[in-house]
Amino acid sequence: MTPSATSVAAVAARPSGLARSVALHALVYAGAATMLLPFIWMVSTSLKASGSVFDVPPKWIPNPVAWGNYRETLESLPFGWMFVNTVIVSGCITLGQLLTSSLAGYAFARVDFRGRDRLFLAYLATMMVPGAVTMIPVFITVRMLDLVDTYWALILPGVFTAYGTFMMRQFFMAIPRELEEAAFIDGSGHFGVYRRIVLPLSKPALATLGTFTFMGAWRDFMWPLLVTNSETMQTLAVGLASFQGMYYTAWPLLMAGSVLVMAPLVGVFLFNQRFFIESIKLEGIKG
Amino acid sequence: MTRTSRNGLIAAAFLAPSIAGFLAFTLVPVITSGALSFFEWDLITAPRFIGIENYTKLLGFVRDDAGRLAASDPRFWFYLYNTLFLMLAIPLSMSGSLALALALNRRVAFAVGLRTIYFIPSMCVPVAVFLLWKWLLDGDYGLLNYLLARVGVKGPAWLASPGWAKPAIILVSMWAGIGGYNMILYLAGLQNIPRDLYEAATIDGAGAWRQFRHITWPLLTPTTFFVLVMSVIGGFQGGFEAAYMMTRGGPAGSTTTIGYYIYNQAYEWFNMGYAAAISWILFLLVLGVTLLNWKYGGRRVHY
Repeated sequence: MTPSATSVAAVAARPSGLARSVALHALVYAGAATMLLPFIWMVSTSLKASGSVFDVPPKWIPNPVAWGNYRETLESLPFGWMFVNTVIVSGCITLGQLLTSSLAGYAFARVDFRGRDRLFLAYLATMMVPGAVTMIPVFITVRMLDLVDTYWALILPGVFTAYGTFMMRQFFMAIPRELEEAAFIDGSGHFGVYRRIVLPLSKPALATLGTFTFMGAWRDFMWPLLVTNSETMQTLAVGLASFQGMYYTAWPLLMAGSVLVMAPLVGVFLFNQRFFIESIKLEGIKG
Repeated sequence: MTRTSRNGLIAAAFLAPSIAGFLAFTLVPVITSGALSFFEWDLITAPRFIGIENYTKLLGFVRDDAGRLAASDPRFWFYLYNTLFLMLAIPLSMSGSLALALALNRRVAFAVGLRTIYFIPSMCVPVAVFLLWKWLLDGDYGLLNYLLARVGVKGPAWLASPGWAKPAIILVSMWAGIGGYNMILYLAGLQNIPRDLYEAATIDGAGAWRQFRHITWPLLTPTTFFVLVMSVIGGFQGGFEAAYMMTRGGPAGSTTTIGYYIYNQAYEWFNMGYAAAISWILFLLVLGVTLLNWKYGGRRVHY
């Protein structure tokens, strides 16, 4: 993070060093303000009475503070249900992906079987297929099996991932084999090694894959939009889109809805930001 | 039982759930959608085999009344143009991410806090971000135009104007993307560059620009390449959520991308065969980028 002592000394030695540092800070902090301003405006709008939202010049501090917007928002759509649905769907997809990819990753990393490399290449190849291609037949199947508005339709297609398998395999390959040999000598089988040695050693990789899967599922929009009709089966993202359809330009309510939809994920991020950022680095280096 | 066949069984047991899903949700659907692209099907009447008609309609040209050659589905080409136009956000956003990573890699007060703030937009649910920006970009009452008016600029109608809607979406995706994953990857890349290279360059009298040009930029090539390829692949498929929440693809189709066109054809108008054909064209475009990456990506020259 910190530049070496020599380069700092070199910068400071030049007469423009201080000026440069001030300019750098000014730029970086102005940028950060640009990032935050829209959020502040969102919260501000969400607390304004519908009569004062179009005031010119706009006021940053709402007066009076219309807390009722949040009550009205929560009453007009079952956001509680949508929150529960989103938690269930994202949670199940995450658990499912961790299970299927770690099992498959173990086979690719540790079991010597015929056709392994060709099969692995086939897995990798599927990562190139755009979601739009497979979505059409899967959607038709969901309709034909009458699974619209079910957790099955929301969860099952998201559970399998070539990407996760790839990531798990790469991580397992880096675990030294000596650790397993003792277990094999003690009569343990592959499944025992997978469960008692490889999985416990892979907590960082599992946490990373789990985090990204959960976030991806939480943010997903098009698939839940396609396979849900009733409000009580919708996820938060889809709920917000329907909410927009109900209150076309009622900005205080729409912004209150946006706050409600954004808050959980941002809250989780703020509490774990170091973990998130380290995870991305882990991901990127491997990619 | 031989060792290899026993291993085959063990592998089969480990792979069973994953392969079942791979077959059900990738392989079979890919083949089905390929087959579907040679049919006409509205999900109500029976599917009708029409050969390559979907593709000729999509990519072909016909003579119009005046005898001039015109695309038989001009919308497809317009939406492809829109998709490529919106991909202008990629180089802009990438340069922003690199500049930001360079800045945050220096001695800045509260660097961790700043990094967190810059990252927040990419943590948000996209649908909510787009709804927020629809309000900010409102032509009459939006905050952006108010701030522009304060400095004497009359802002356009943004999302309501065919000329400004695409730049507006680029602006939003830059705001949402600049401090996100790509910036973190650049930051990680910068931290992997050995410090002594800069020290040696400083001793040799190389200034900041020459150090960037001859050390930083070449050594970041793998990161740049990775980010670029992933963004381009994503860019061909993207644009649906932004347009759905902010413009519904308008005005006059100016923000409809290929991804949104597939959505409309398949799930709004129920032209399943035609939608499958467009999705296959998209597949081929993505495949092309991937093959180029394989061919040239190996040569990650560091100069």
